[in-house]
Amino acid sequence: MSYIIDRRLNGKNKSMVNRQRFLKRYKQHIKDAVSDAVNQRSITDMERGENISIPERSINEPVIHHGQGGRKHRVLPGNKEFNTGDQLQKPPQGGGGGSGSGKASNQGEGEDDFTFFITREEFLNYLFDDLALPNMIKKSLSQSKEFKTRRAGFVSEGTPNNLSIVKSLRNAHARRIGMGAGKRKKLKLLRAELKQLLDEPVPNSLRIKALEEDIAHIEARLRALPFIDELDLRYRNQVRVPVPTSKAVMFCLMDVSGSMTQDVKDLAKRFYLLLYLFLEKNYEHIEIVFIRHHTSAKEVNEEEFFYSRETGGTIVSSALKLMNDIVQERYLTGGWNIYGAQASDGDNWDDDSPLCADILANQLLPVVQHFAYVEITPHEHQALWYAYQGVQRANKQAFACAQIRNAGDIYPVFRELFAKERYQEAV
Amino acid sequence: MRNYLSTDSDWTFELLQTYDSEIARIAEGYGLDTYPNQIEIISAEQMMDAYSSVGMPIGYNHWSYGKQFLATQKNYQRGQMGLAYEIVINSNPCIAYLMEENTMAMQALVIAHACYGHNSFFKGNYLFKTWTDADSIIDYLLFAKNYVRKCEEKHGQEAVEQILDACHALQNYGVDRYRRPRPISAAEEKVRQNERERVLQQQVNDLWRTLPSKPGEASAERERRFPEEPQENILYFLEKNAPLLEPWQREIIRIVRKISQYFYPQRQTQVMNEGWATFWHYTLLNHLYDEGKITDGFMMEILSSHTNVVFQPGFDSPYFSGINPYALGFNMYQDIKRICDNPTEEDKAWFPDIAGKDWLETLHFAMQNFKDESFVQQYLSPHLMREFHLFSLYDDDKKSHYQVEAIHNESGYRTVREMLARQYDLSVREPNIQIWSVDMQGDRSLTLRHTMQDGTPLASDVHEVMKHLHCLWGFDIHMETWDKGSQIARQSCPSTSAP
Repeated sequence: MSYIIDRRLNGKNKSMVNRQRFLKRYKQHIKDAVSDAVNQRSITDMERGENISIPERSINEPVIHHGQGGRKHRVLPGNKEFNTGDQLQKPPQGGGGGSGSGKASNQGEGEDDFTFFITREEFLNYLFDDLALPNMIKKSLSQSKEFKTRRAGFVSEGTPNNLSIVKSLRNAHARRIGMGAGKRKKLKLLRAELKQLLDEPVPNSLRIKALEEDIAHIEARLRALPFIDELDLRYRNQVRVPVPTSKAVMFCLMDVSGSMTQDVKDLAKRFYLLLYLFLEKNYEHIEIVFIRHHTSAKEVNEEEFFYSRETGGTIVSSALKLMNDIVQERYLTGGWNIYGAQASDGDNWDDDSPLCADILANQLLPVVQHFAYVEITPHEHQALWYAYQGVQRANKQAFACAQIRNAGDIYPVFRELFAKERYQEAV
Repeated sequence: MRNYLSTDSDWTFELLQTYDSEIARIAEGYGLDTYPNQIEIISAEQMMDAYSSVGMPIGYNHWSYGKQFLATQKNYQRGQMGLAYEIVINSNPCIAYLMEENTMAMQALVIAHACYGHNSFFKGNYLFKTWTDADSIIDYLLFAKNYVRKCEEKHGQEAVEQILDACHALQNYGVDRYRRPRPISAAEEKVRQNERERVLQQQVNDLWRTLPSKPGEASAERERRFPEEPQENILYFLEKNAPLLEPWQREIIRIVRKISQYFYPQRQTQVMNEGWATFWHYTLLNHLYDEGKITDGFMMEILSSHTNVVFQPGFDSPYFSGINPYALGFNMYQDIKRICDNPTEEDKAWFPDIAGKDWLETLHFAMQNFKDESFVQQYLSPHLMREFHLFSLYDDDKKSHYQVEAIHNESGYRTVREMLARQYDLSVREPNIQIWSVDMQGDRSLTLRHTMQDGTPLASDVHEVMKHLHCLWGFDIHMETWDKGSQIARQSCPSTSAP
């Protein structure tokens, strides 16, 4: 006797809990692998999951078993030429031995990595683990002025345009069944009795008449049950909920003067990309404004921003001014969260740096959520850096400076800029 | 005009039912005694889930199963590995998982293989009868899962994980090899569990009582060894005697021990079990074909799959990965049948008691009363050794050469057979380690003794395992290695206390 059961509709993610536990246990390993991956990936390539490798040794589950050595007998199939007493040279110990002969020890200690795949979401979670966006609360729920209506079940009172026909008719149907049940049962009994009487050889006409009257009476009452009643009506419920503002705008400012080589721009781009992904994790909608500058600033598209080349001097304040103008014009209302990131090799027109600090401190910082400045240079700090130091001291919560020397620095610097602890005192 | 059951390669539930009852009818004719079957159709993803829980339909949560799942998933997605067509569980009713991707022919093959082959093996083989209780395993696994979950809620996931890690490291040492275990039953388990917690703790406390004994008894007490005899069931010993464990920790040790015991027969009957199932899917479906109920195409598909399953590459082939248990097992059963039906002179000399006997009876007897080691020792014939071209290689780590000690010839048959049988002997495959003594009066350290076989040392993993052991026992652990009556090595955990 066999039972055949279709289980295909049962949940298929039975192993999810165990998978999560594995990921949790090896969190540190995975995080290391993720930061390696970030530094190796090409710039346009953050939008996918990642294969994570962990050395097999560190996730090994130890059991007691025989090691190498001792005296062993092995029976093998496929003898072609050996005879009793033949001596076979052992393969040389150590590197290279084993695999060639096809009878490599089955107890060899492999050094393979354990590799598995994590999804894009998981990848980003590990990437931005322990990081926080500073001042995020400022423009979220507390100041929200926008509402949106959302469905919230069914209610018995409402306006006709919200009437749920299916739900109402279902109620009506149920009510008709419920209210008519007793009568129908009685009707059935009467009819059975009537049939019995009619089948009798000598019908009792008096009784039959009485029965027929009863039946007619009940049928009339059944018919009188209203098809739909006020009680049955159900309306879709709509509630108004405040919408947390989840819009952000990110300003990318970059110096494109002659001193900025393509390499330096690539580094900057990686930094912007990380910031973008990080913002994307926290906000539903993000706009990006690219501003490039040499002696004058210009708003451009992404392609132009990263790849077109310009020459000339450098006046950083032009970009800050332009940013301020754009903010005033487009992003001051509507609950935008404003983030700025500026990358530069640090060169600036000497007299301009104090001006930059002034614009930043007095005009931009009061309206932005956060502004980050990265100086991409392997050399000494430049004038702009020193000018910004003062701003940073006065605005620890909203402004940060960092120096990037090479590609390996980007992710650590990014982590440092947005480390949770750094902004904890602020809240 | 033939009377085919189906001609299409797609399966339907009605067809499955038809094939199952046809196969059941034939199986009954061959005297296959089975538990009722519960055939479950699952998808590939579900098959991966089933894979990673090492064949338990319900398992407690542990990261190692997650690791298993990730590995399976990766291999499957990269196409490095096809999923098994089936997984079958030794339970009553016997649960078999069939993948929805299989064709009708494959489903029929799997039904014959799992639901009548493996199933009758589970019900008939003496090891399974002795060590497992098919009626209660599902309930017990459910009990175990819930118990572990409750412990996690009560004591935290990490604390539970630590105990489970330690138990997993020792799970091969959680079986009484010689004493018949009590059958496990979930209902009984639950009732007795509370009482057990109390009593167990009391006994342990008694053992570790530190009150001074009467002066007269002192010397006798000092003489007393504990344990009185060496103990091979390390988990059992820890469950009963570890001084510092909480009752729930003892219960978890017990759970791992019981589950390990449930798998103990499977580890010893791979060749026999797979061989038996393969023999029967081959025989049953051929019978169905002879009755004219399946088409030529259907049979071709089955044979093609069957041939892949029983393929045995030679030792020098790049595909070689040890002796294929399906191939060896299938061919041995076929060979027994041949010896019964058409014995040669050689067979009559080697197997006087089965040559010319009823093959079905002989086969059932072989299935019921042996494990891999004794099965090979008893039934591997010279004919089959020649067919497999078996030879035995001797490897002494002191020498620079391998020595061919025997091949498939008159003077070598017995050696080859004995060496192959040894290869399946668990007591040879696993190091012999026993609990030797506990320093009752002193530092409470636990000493284990490893008796070396053929000069083979322990793998370096043993340090890690000793750390787990230390975590369970709570005091120092010593591992002595003895060879030929003298101690040749001693390691300790924590390692500072090494003499």
